[in-house]
Amino acid sequence: MIRTPLRPLARVLSARAAGADPDLIEAEARAVRLRARQRAERLRAERRLYLLAATFFLAFCVVGTRMGLVAASPPVERGSSYRHAQIANQRADILDAEGRILATNLATHSLYAQTPDLVDPEAAALNLARIFPDLDAPTLARAFRNRKFVWIRPTLSPEERQAVHDLGEPGLMFGPREVRLYPNGRIAAHVLGGTRFGRQGVHAAEVLGTAGVELTYDAFLRDARQEGAPLRLSLDLSVQAAVERVLAGGMALMNAKGAAAVLMEAGTGRIVALVSLPDFDPNSRPARGTALFNRAAQGVYEVGSTLKILTAAVALEEGTARPDTLVDTKGPLIVDGFRIRDFRDNGPWLTLRDVIVKSSNIGTSHLAEMFGTDAQKDYLARLGLTEATPLELPEARRAKPLLPKRWNRLATMTVSYGHGIAVTPVHVAAAYASLVNGGRKVTPTLLLEPQPLGPRVVSETTSAELRDMLRGVVTDGSATLANVAGYPVGGKTGTADKPARGGYAEDRVLATFAAVFPAEAPAYVLVVSLDEPEDRTGEEPRRTAGWTAAPVAGEIIRRIAPLMNLAPVRKED
Amino acid sequence: MRTLTALLGVALLVGIASWAYRVNYETRDAERRVAELRRAIAEERAAIVVLRAEWAYLNRPDRLRDLAERHFDVLGLMPLDSEHFREADDLPWPEDEALPIFEGPWIEVAQ
Repeated sequence: MIRTPLRPLARVLSARAAGADPDLIEAEARAVRLRARQRAERLRAERRLYLLAATFFLAFCVVGTRMGLVAASPPVERGSSYRHAQIANQRADILDAEGRILATNLATHSLYAQTPDLVDPEAAALNLARIFPDLDAPTLARAFRNRKFVWIRPTLSPEERQAVHDLGEPGLMFGPREVRLYPNGRIAAHVLGGTRFGRQGVHAAEVLGTAGVELTYDAFLRDARQEGAPLRLSLDLSVQAAVERVLAGGMALMNAKGAAAVLMEAGTGRIVALVSLPDFDPNSRPARGTALFNRAAQGVYEVGSTLKILTAAVALEEGTARPDTLVDTKGPLIVDGFRIRDFRDNGPWLTLRDVIVKSSNIGTSHLAEMFGTDAQKDYLARLGLTEATPLELPEARRAKPLLPKRWNRLATMTVSYGHGIAVTPVHVAAAYASLVNGGRKVTPTLLLEPQPLGPRVVSETTSAELRDMLRGVVTDGSATLANVAGYPVGGKTGTADKPARGGYAEDRVLATFAAVFPAEAPAYVLVVSLDEPEDRTGEEPRRTAGWTAAPVAGEIIRRIAPLMNLAPVRKED
Repeated sequence: MRTLTALLGVALLVGIASWAYRVNYETRDAERRVAELRRAIAEERAAIVVLRAEWAYLNRPDRLRDLAERHFDVLGLMPLDSEHFREADDLPWPEDEALPIFEGPWIEVAQ
């Protein structure tokens, strides 16, 4: 850099020559320098100020934008919203088709002991044993001495809680508990199943399903994301209660040791009532016992002649016969050394319609021989009788039908009248519904949500002809006791000897009646089955389904049809 | 002028500060009230759950049937039967009352 001297020689010399003061030149030069420095400093200061101002401006912009955003966004409350927190450990309700409660929760308390806080463990143990007679005082006292934490009761009633509270023992503590409540008691016990406590802590306990829909939909019922949306079943509480009551009465009258009933909407496969007797109270579900067994969905039985309608359906569909075709019913029929007999002699010929109405084993055997084993197997499979039902009960999904091991000519014949094949009453109901509703396969379901209709099984014409035959069974055949005033019922009885050691029992039967009503355009299918019924009012005990299951089914229909808003058919007068 | 601006500024500052202070405390009060209301709502909901369960328990079919049987002399309730259905045509209609007929006097209307 070239330095500018303070006293430029040229100007000083010329000033001296002019006689002026050369110091002025120096002062002038100093002043110039000073101004230049001041200008530079001022510039620097200005730049700094601008920078500072820009920084502040940007900072204010950021704060301002944020404030604007906060002001413009919708207000959100802090903390988790109440609903989620409240429902997190609740199990969803189960409702029937009309929205009535089948299962809900009730808040109670559990009782536990923090033993270090117990003032007098021995006295506490004695007093607790006095409140809860099933507790043993010495055992409890030993537990209090040896452990720091003791569970005493999983749930308490309000009275028990007050009694424990009155002991005034600071070491006895209450923890909140939700218990599953089935307000209707035994009604629909087998459908609902039951619950138990899973992992338990001081503040809450898991409630897990153990059977029935409680187990099938355990994950759904416990899912907090559902926000407590209830599980809607297709059951109708009042209809279910009426069916249970009438069936229990019928079971007692007929001296049966068990009974089952399935009521299904013929068009959709939705189950309106499902009963198995004896039953139990799901509020205190027993650990084991025959009452837990669901005869309607879990028990596979030979249903006997009830399945004959299927043989008629195959014969009509395959063109083997028309309803008025004559079928050979001359007996006895001997196949491979096995005698097939009819309950009473039906003469040498019957029309196909009368084979069903009079329930001829020989007639259906001949029909089955004509259309053959493959057609029979095919239709059984199409009606879902070869697989476990997809019903929403864990028990039902394990109930696989028992089919003939060697499906030879004889097996085809016995299956044609319902022997050598064992299915659940739900299977029968679904098969009947599919046959009489116009021929579309239905899927049995316990959910209110409508299920899609399956493929066509039989034609509309066949379906109408089958309905006519079923009506004939009730008007002229074995099921006249199932007649109900105002409601034309169709149906088919079935009496199967129960299997015993090495064959069939002589005097123990399973009586089944599968009913459809109203017969012309069936809205509902009802399957009633009685285990070892015996009507002892006559001279000798009567066990056939026409005398036992059919009147019970008739009474059930008489009671429930008005409940389901079915208008009765007016008498012609 | 300058002093006046400064005084105004200070007054504004004090005003805004006290407003912010008040809003702050009001917010806290509101939050406390919200928490209280939430707890109250939770209690009410728990009560509703209990009442619903109790309502369902009191309306269980077994109990209703027992009550209907016990008070049969007063209520006379019976199971629904097909005889209880009637067509609308079966109902007696009210008698047709003769409509009043106007018999005069007639007034001549001038054309």
